[in-house]
Amino acid sequence: MSKIYPNAAAALEGILFDGMTIMAGGFGLCGIPENLILALRGSGTKDITAISNNAGVDDFGLGYLLTTRQIKKMISSYVGENKEFERQYLAEELELEFNPQGTLAERIRAGGAGIPGFFTKTGVGTIIADGKEHKDFDGETYILETGLIADVSIVKAYKADTEGNLIYRKTARNFNPMMATAGKVTVIEAEEIVEVGTLDPDQIHTPGIYVQRIIQSVNLEKRIEQRTVRSEG
Amino acid sequence: MAWTRENMARRAAKELQDGYYVNLGIGIPTLVANFIPDGVSVTLQSENGMLAMGPFPAEDEVDADLINAGKQTITELDKSSYFSSADSFAMIRGGHIDLSILGAMQVSETGDLANWMIPGKMVKGMGGAMDLVAGVKKVVVIMDHNARDGSAKFLKNCTLPLTGVHVVDLIISDVGVFKITKEGATLIELAPDVTVEEVRERTEASFSVADNLL
Repeated sequence: MSKIYPNAAAALEGILFDGMTIMAGGFGLCGIPENLILALRGSGTKDITAISNNAGVDDFGLGYLLTTRQIKKMISSYVGENKEFERQYLAEELELEFNPQGTLAERIRAGGAGIPGFFTKTGVGTIIADGKEHKDFDGETYILETGLIADVSIVKAYKADTEGNLIYRKTARNFNPMMATAGKVTVIEAEEIVEVGTLDPDQIHTPGIYVQRIIQSVNLEKRIEQRTVRSEG
Repeated sequence: MAWTRENMARRAAKELQDGYYVNLGIGIPTLVANFIPDGVSVTLQSENGMLAMGPFPAEDEVDADLINAGKQTITELDKSSYFSSADSFAMIRGGHIDLSILGAMQVSETGDLANWMIPGKMVKGMGGAMDLVAGVKKVVVIMDHNARDGSAKFLKNCTLPLTGVHVVDLIISDVGVFKITKEGATLIELAPDVTVEEVRERTEASFSVADNLL
């Protein structure tokens, strides 16, 4: 059974429903599945709970789905670059669950690894710890955080082979590998799709077992949020 | 004369020791990388998944797949490595990073830190700050000593939602440097032409003054 789909809309067909939970890879706009986000917008799926470190910017990335009001709730660590997000949240039109970035990453890793909960010292004594189980280990206090899974994970890879073995590139890796493991269905968009046997098995970041559907990225914009260069001389 | 942003970054750079793995926050902390002392080699960690960040790129080196936690374009070095966000925070939470330098809205005299939220007004999120202060061995705050309206930021107790409890080891502000230990806060350095009396007027926290005040 081939994992390769002709385009983003085809790759999402039959797996989307209103009220679903979706994980979307990326840090800021780096390493986001641009094609799959656009296809999600096109699908009109509503009341989405989106798990993503950030919320894109007003006119790119997950920001698209905020503008169309398709997102009901976000689970994120930082949303500072998105004014529409802040407006919707302060107007109570959008639910928001802030997770510390490392807690978010580990919750996703744990979810994909079949671990329902873990203890961390991150957030002890802050509002993040409110209502959570506390436990002492060796004289230090930790809080219980739960694993996260998603109905669908949308993930951006640099290279994929036809079995779904993935390689990411530089800091575009970020949340993508964990999200690939935590989706009931994981859909990949890759800059390049190659035949099996092309990628070195020792260099695979995500083994193909986690991947169900793959598309070729097209027309990637790869927008840069803070283009910063050094002055020469 | 109180310290400038650059003076504060220079002072913070004195906390760097040879061989340190260091995470620098967004804003003034990022400037610290410009003042690494001669003979000191440090490795900069970026929590979005990179060890050994290089300088900002030349125009023709800009790569959208290579950014720091402030979303600025950067470069890699020969010793660089990339990893996932889960691995990145395993490094941070697991106590493998020696020093974290970050900004603050408020710090309490017992080292509590608030730097991520103003209820009803500012909704940005904590990003990696809660993990950093919980896991990194030494936490240094660089901040203006007072808010824009003149109110104190170094307080008996923080009034804003906390980022961490008893986590700050050192504060570098425009008036001087405070060390915070279990015994309390101590003023250990003054900026040029700033007096202890002036610092007391601009501070709500209780602090002692070091015998060997610099």
